[in-house]
Amino acid sequence: MITVAFLKAAIIAGTPLLFATLGEIITEKSGHLNLGVEGMMLMGAIIGFQVGYSTNSPLLALVFAAIAGAFGALIYAFLTVSLRANQVVSGLALTIFGTGFAGFIGKSLVGMKMTDEFNYFFRDLKIPVLGDIPYLGEILFNHDIFVYLGYVTAIVLGLYLYNTGKGLNLRAIGENPAAADAASIPITKYKYLHILLGGALCGLGGAYLSLAYVPVWQENITAGRGWIAVALVIFAGWNPYKAIIGSFLFGGLDIIGFRLQGTAVAISQYIFDMAPYVATIVILVIVSLRKSRKNAPPKALSEPYFREER
Amino acid sequence: MQFRIVKKAEIGKKKRVLIFLGSIVAALFVSGLFLVFLKLNPFQVYVAMLQGSLGSAYRIEQTIIYAIPLLITSLGVAIAFKMKFWNIGAEGQILMGAFLASYFALNYSHLPKPILLFIMFVAGFIGGAVWGIIPAFFKSKWDTNETIITLMMNYVALKWVVYLQYGPWKDPNASGFPRIANFAENAVLPELLGVHVGWIMAVLLTIFVYYFLNKSKKGFEIAVLGESINTARYAGVNIFSTVILAMVLSGGICGVVGFIEASAVEQTLTKDITGGVGFTAIIIAWLGALKPQWIVLASGLFAILIQGSSYIQSAFGVSTFSAQLLEAIVLFFVLGSDFFTRYKLIIDWPILSRTKESGK
Repeated sequence: MITVAFLKAAIIAGTPLLFATLGEIITEKSGHLNLGVEGMMLMGAIIGFQVGYSTNSPLLALVFAAIAGAFGALIYAFLTVSLRANQVVSGLALTIFGTGFAGFIGKSLVGMKMTDEFNYFFRDLKIPVLGDIPYLGEILFNHDIFVYLGYVTAIVLGLYLYNTGKGLNLRAIGENPAAADAASIPITKYKYLHILLGGALCGLGGAYLSLAYVPVWQENITAGRGWIAVALVIFAGWNPYKAIIGSFLFGGLDIIGFRLQGTAVAISQYIFDMAPYVATIVILVIVSLRKSRKNAPPKALSEPYFREER
Repeated sequence: MQFRIVKKAEIGKKKRVLIFLGSIVAALFVSGLFLVFLKLNPFQVYVAMLQGSLGSAYRIEQTIIYAIPLLITSLGVAIAFKMKFWNIGAEGQILMGAFLASYFALNYSHLPKPILLFIMFVAGFIGGAVWGIIPAFFKSKWDTNETIITLMMNYVALKWVVYLQYGPWKDPNASGFPRIANFAENAVLPELLGVHVGWIMAVLLTIFVYYFLNKSKKGFEIAVLGESINTARYAGVNIFSTVILAMVLSGGICGVVGFIEASAVEQTLTKDITGGVGFTAIIIAWLGALKPQWIVLASGLFAILIQGSSYIQSAFGVSTFSAQLLEAIVLFFVLGSDFFTRYKLIIDWPILSRTKESGK
């Protein structure tokens, strides 16, 4: 059952999750819990699809998808950073907004298909040398450009967070904004920038679904993946490197029900469709059981910061 | 020019209401711009929405039928939110309540109507309560993030009902169409004054939740726990049992919605039975400041919004998603307006301050 083809497909299915998870990690590191991931993914998915459909340019489609995700994040950032609104409810409102936004724009696009231009853009490109490793080469290094972009983004974000001064500043804001403020780090600017960057990554994750993974427009194309990404952040312990593993694991769970259809396994596909959700619950419980300081959330997560309240 | 933000002292009720109304007006204005962009006259659309939801006795009844699940679910959600337990799982709790109630409706339809309906009510409550206890248990034992767990359980419940609908519960007489058989007449809630008796349950539950949250010891403990877990511990509140009780009630009340919708509206179990009520209820509970009396009002407003938008959909050809957009815009503004009840924005004009300084 666990074949090379299955593992390769798991990586493809995990790529939108990876982008969204990375986006949420960078957001939460700034101390903001944005539950609008699903909404921002949908906004990226529909804008990417609409732009791609009318311009036939994959690059433009991706750029606008990222902008759409960042736009959603901007609404959230204005509410929670500047107006200090409740983060949980603001994020939920953003998800509702994104769902309505995508449904509204996508109404006339349902069932439309992306052109060959996009098939070509998202074709498999084998990486020299690495791609020739038996088994692993086919699973990891014979993918479309977007999957590689996922690897690179995760590693760049990891380096940024743990090996640069700016990354340290960001983590300081998420852990102890008052101290960061005292060290004259421009908190508001950092928060806005990273929430927007997080939104852009979520938008890209959504666009991968509508442009390459499906690639036909259908209502609610994300099907809860944004929420799984929020859970994956906890699973990954807010660490971009671990997010790679988590995303691909869940990519596998996502497709397992479909893959088992017509095999000897006599369990309904609908029961297997529960797998990613049940696994998320189980993993969250396990993570919370063995609480370690290393995997803890940023200390000031979802607490608004107000200088004069210190 | 520079901005400064200063914390306000507690403001009066009148001012709070004014700020709230102001934010609604602002939201309607922004939505109006959106409608203009769609080449529609916003005033015509808003008037049509009111006509579509309140324009005749029949339409008012339809609006009330929308308001019932919104109100009851919001009450359930509010109990959990009061404790700062982010129960995003109302969708799943409604589905599981509907599932358990439907089990009795489909298999025990020979029972006398009042007895069967009572059993279904209890089953609905239990179905939702079980779905509420699970995250409550993990939260109070190991501090597991309840937002994600309740959310994931929505999907588990949904897939479970899909499984039943496409699998073991599929009606063999529906010529292959994946649907569950309609309930027998015995399992359908009766009507009173043109609307199914769910409205009476909604009224009774509103009174119950009001008294529970404001007058009972447990309700007080829930509020204390929501403010600060340390205070609650210091005051000798049993945290485990309080969290569990709150979620039994929260989930159970949402489960009752599943029973009402399955019995009175759909008259069967379907995967679409919630219609997104579980998410809208979170907004309503928040808009109503978690106070039952305000939640009644907010539910009414949202029912008007939903019924009104389904009317303008046919009258102006606007997509139903525009209702969702409208909901979100209203919510954004109300969320943002809360800032003005807590803080004061002071704008320092450099010219003015310079003259002030020179005057010194």
